[in-house]
Amino acid sequence: MKDEDIVERIQKNPKFVQFVRMRNNYSIILSVMMMIVYFGYIGLIAFDKSFLAIKISAGSVTSIGIPMGIGVLVFTIIITAIYVRRANTEFDAAKDEIVKEASK
Amino acid sequence: MIKAKHILGGIAALLVAGVALAAGADLGQAQKQDTNWTAITMFAIFVGITLWITKWAATKTKTAADFYTAGGGITGFQNGLAIAGDYMSAASFLGISGLVFASGFDGLIFSIGWLVGWPVITFLMAERLRNLGKFTFADVAGYRFDAGPIRTFAASGSLVVVAFYLIAQMVGAGQLIKLLFGLEYHYAVVLVGAIMMIYVLFGGMTATTWVQIIKAGMLLTGATFMALAVMFQFGFSPEAMFTKAVEVHSKHDAIMSPGTFITDPISAISVGIALMFGTAGLPHILMRFFTVPSAKEARKSVAWATTWIGYFYILTFIIGFGAITNLIPNPADYFVGGELAKGLKGGGNMAAVHLAKAVGGDMFMGFISAVAFATILAVVAGLTLSGASAVSHDLYASVWRHGNVDSATELRVSKITTVCLGIFAVLLGIVFEKQNVAFMVMLAFAVACSANFPVLFMSVLWKNCTTKGAVAGGTVGLIMSVALTIVSPAVWEASLGHPKGSAMFPYASPAIFSMTAAFLVIWIVSLLDKSTQAAKERALFPAQLVRSETGVGSSSASGH
Repeated sequence: MKDEDIVERIQKNPKFVQFVRMRNNYSIILSVMMMIVYFGYIGLIAFDKSFLAIKISAGSVTSIGIPMGIGVLVFTIIITAIYVRRANTEFDAAKDEIVKEASK
Repeated sequence: MIKAKHILGGIAALLVAGVALAAGADLGQAQKQDTNWTAITMFAIFVGITLWITKWAATKTKTAADFYTAGGGITGFQNGLAIAGDYMSAASFLGISGLVFASGFDGLIFSIGWLVGWPVITFLMAERLRNLGKFTFADVAGYRFDAGPIRTFAASGSLVVVAFYLIAQMVGAGQLIKLLFGLEYHYAVVLVGAIMMIYVLFGGMTATTWVQIIKAGMLLTGATFMALAVMFQFGFSPEAMFTKAVEVHSKHDAIMSPGTFITDPISAISVGIALMFGTAGLPHILMRFFTVPSAKEARKSVAWATTWIGYFYILTFIIGFGAITNLIPNPADYFVGGELAKGLKGGGNMAAVHLAKAVGGDMFMGFISAVAFATILAVVAGLTLSGASAVSHDLYASVWRHGNVDSATELRVSKITTVCLGIFAVLLGIVFEKQNVAFMVMLAFAVACSANFPVLFMSVLWKNCTTKGAVAGGTVGLIMSVALTIVSPAVWEASLGHPKGSAMFPYASPAIFSMTAAFLVIWIVSLLDKSTQAAKERALFPAQLVRSETGVGSSSASGH
């Protein structure tokens, strides 16, 4: 079967519309989470430097801003991994299903 | 020992200019050091190995597809390392660790900014790029748009980004060779230009990818060793490391909290936007997504790239603190005239290199110097390749010849362009030798996020977007980001030498305005576009959506 026909069939499949909406929502939610974390951290630096200078415990030298900053780096890595894992398993399976149905 | 006087290091200069965040870590002007034969030998070995790989890659580079995308035969893991190798520059290694050495906490703010663009690429772009594109990101926007205007625009956007990025790299190479090898500035520029041309001309994307992978491997290994050596000194207790750092550093406890980098919130957010969305508009990064065989591998690439780059930034933070605790107690060995007040020998960017000597001796320092320099080769090769593809694939094959061109001719044009870009890069390196180019990388990011990113984003995700809208909005973003940067303090005052406070645009990055303007213009012009061409383009959206979301009919890159 030609690609054009498969594309046309998928277009008409309500499952496809639902799939795209579901995955886009997920992408957008994760993007917004990333933006909140990053711009939140930058915002703290811009507006409340003293908060980040608070020590993690009495008598320690390490300030709260350092684990938080490293935390943002780690969060970035983890949120990417979470998306990729879900997309490579669940989303791809759903997508393959839709393509298979249209290729019959 | 040559008396290396205080160097007007990029970072110091920027602190004075008060726009440090805008410029990113930069290598600034450097004084020539003693000739370092260990480093030169190690660098020669690296070049030898990579040229040998290029010879092998040349046997695999026969068609235009091999040249642009290594035939699509790169795995997700390999591509992730190559992306990391493309992205982790000498400036980010030496610059960020130098910044941590100088001000502690503030270095962390930089590293975070350089990483946060990757999830955005993952969630919004990587898969769709892979599914719709073939060789360049213009293929994606060109799927349903009028090839002439959209590709001309996309190629211009790519070339502008590539040019600014190239200047920063070439000037950085010239400064670094003085510091690391003790050789003349011009040697570096010619050497980098020549070796890079050999990689790209003969080995195309295959050679470039392996150069980037090897460089990433070496940089990550070297940096890991240094960070472990530092942590070992403190029994793997960060608290112990910070305690010692605060004790010996002249700023004491101030290195544990944010300093003067971010003062006005608009600059902070604008720079954040440029870094976050600019990454998703860098042509040499986007191009890497076409080297893998499927969307699945494209996603794996970004996951690995993000992991390596993030890990690397954590290492540079530890290395910066390691430099504080190891170098400051021994001023006689590492500081000019043995006096702390006169600064590090070779300047602030040498913190990581001196630390390499402190923890691993002369051999290891030679290794780290060679790696830092080799880093530039990998980045420059990737940039040149993406510039060449914009000219040969977008401008020549698609716009000028309307796609009626065979692979051999397209390949020949790519190679001619590569030579031209190589010569151009060398010339730029020479012309800009004495200039303060600290703003160039940030400018590249600003253009990428204001011109390339909005066009890509809207063409893929918004059904009503038309050629006219995309070209108009992208052009506005391009012109605005360049113009506002020129009249911002980083260029107007720091580079062009106008008096402080005379810059018309007071913020560190134009992104918040130029990117918003680009999106608005795309939106308005597309809505107003009632032409038949526009109707045709809108009608193509549902099919494009299916292809971008499922990969049906995507160029099956592997096994040409």
